[in-house]
Amino acid sequence: MTPAIEVQQLSKRYGALTALDDIDLKIEQGEFFALLGSNGAGKTTLISILAGLIKPTSGTARVMGYDVQSQYQQTRQRLGVVPQELVYDPFFNVREMLVMQSGYFGIKHNDVWIDEILFRLDLANKAHVNLRALSGGMKRRVLIAQALVHKPPVIILDEPTAGVDVDLRQSLWQFVQQLNQDGHTVVLTTHYLEEAEALCRRVAMLKQGRVVVLDSIENLVRTIRDYTLLLRLSTNILPDGLQSWTVKHDPVGELYRISIKEYTEIETILSLLREAGIQIIDLQLRQPDLEDVFVKTMEMDQAVAL
Amino acid sequence: MTGFYTLLYKELLRFWKVAFQTVLAPVLSSLLYLMIFSHVLAERAQVYADVSYAAFLIPGLVMMAILQNAFANSSSSLIQSKITGNLVFILLTPLSYLEIFLAYVVASMLRGLVVGLGVYLVAAWFYPVSPQLSGWVIVFALLGSAILGVMGLIAGIVSDKFDQLAGFQNFIILPLTFLSGVFYSIHSLPSTWQFLSHLNPFFYMVDGFRYGFFGFSDFSPYISLLIILACLVVISGWALWMLRSGYKIRH
Repeated sequence: MTPAIEVQQLSKRYGALTALDDIDLKIEQGEFFALLGSNGAGKTTLISILAGLIKPTSGTARVMGYDVQSQYQQTRQRLGVVPQELVYDPFFNVREMLVMQSGYFGIKHNDVWIDEILFRLDLANKAHVNLRALSGGMKRRVLIAQALVHKPPVIILDEPTAGVDVDLRQSLWQFVQQLNQDGHTVVLTTHYLEEAEALCRRVAMLKQGRVVVLDSIENLVRTIRDYTLLLRLSTNILPDGLQSWTVKHDPVGELYRISIKEYTEIETILSLLREAGIQIIDLQLRQPDLEDVFVKTMEMDQAVAL
Repeated sequence: MTGFYTLLYKELLRFWKVAFQTVLAPVLSSLLYLMIFSHVLAERAQVYADVSYAAFLIPGLVMMAILQNAFANSSSSLIQSKITGNLVFILLTPLSYLEIFLAYVVASMLRGLVVGLGVYLVAAWFYPVSPQLSGWVIVFALLGSAILGVMGLIAGIVSDKFDQLAGFQNFIILPLTFLSGVFYSIHSLPSTWQFLSHLNPFFYMVDGFRYGFFGFSDFSPYISLLIILACLVVISGWALWMLRSGYKIRH
């Protein structure tokens, strides 16, 4: 099957600055994919190249098999992009915007689908309100609605939940998950890693314009064997035997965070505490998550860069 | 073609929603020019025999309104979309550069023509004057508005700030329209200024348009027509190249 997105040896340079450095990436149809990285890592540059807003310096990018440069009409017809910036046109109301956006994609009578999007994004009662009069969260919903008017098989959401309240976040993800189940490929960038972990199966991490990690979240988390044992104890003096572990003391809540690699270490730590006569008031074990992978990846890459 | 029609509709709706500012205000200011200049210059400036100064002035004012408003429409729409960032809504679509070009230019032409018609109707109510050769009037109105619509498009693409666009408007469009023979016949000018006026493409637009009203003009309408057709081709080629290459809008 043709990949939804295929990027080969893609680079973008602005003078001395390299925004994207020889990237290869393939996203299959039907995937729910996360594109992660710190600010300035190159996520938005990559999305902008796919959307045709930025021209690559070298390399190729394809959407549903079509080249984003030479076959831009085919790729844009198949792509729905929710831009990161909260932009709007102050001359029009929500319905006018959606009708016009449909028209740009060559769709004349789109009212049934527009009504459904308005309903699903909880915008139905704002349909005749001018964009200027909407709150930030509402404007964000309109941007999402605009990206969906032409039912694109590939949807890219560039930080769609930045500055959005919890209610909308929930309903938004339900809607996007539904779209994904209906067969749409969804690519997401977000700074909320728990969102990516809950929704996506595969993830790419970008750092300084390069893909440094590309794998399923399951595999990534499995490779990290960094568990954290959280302990609240009856005393502040720890037995000497614990020195062979990295122990961090968190004054808030008087917690000790001990990093371990294997479950068997727990038994050793507990016996050391018991021998020292220290009572355990509270004990938790934290599993590694995507955030740990992210932090570790970013740190590792920094070390390589040094 | 649905994409083109939609963008055209959006551009028309944009100025129509603020018609007070985009249509009525320029009609009023043209009327003020007519009142003041025809009053002050009526005795002093007989341009053509059998044509009063007010009657001479009206076609010039109508053409000036057409040109200035055609320019204002595409340039202000583009710069607003660029600065607020909503140009992205058009850039993300499969609209071709030709469709974008045509939609902006045709909308600008229509705005120019609506304002021009408004100026004519109001002015003719005060000083009745009617075109002798309507065909020439229509052709020059269409071509003039198209050229200025394209110029507005270029100015909107090139400018990054409102300030720069105001520079285009105040240092290029305004002097060229005021010095194009709207208020006077260039035959009344010293020879150097006559020569300079012939380098001003706006002169041929105004002069040819006026030919349609009176059947005579400062310059041959056929040559004027050829000159402004050439201008339209050159400037459209330039604008299309900019849109096609994504100059300043697709980085």
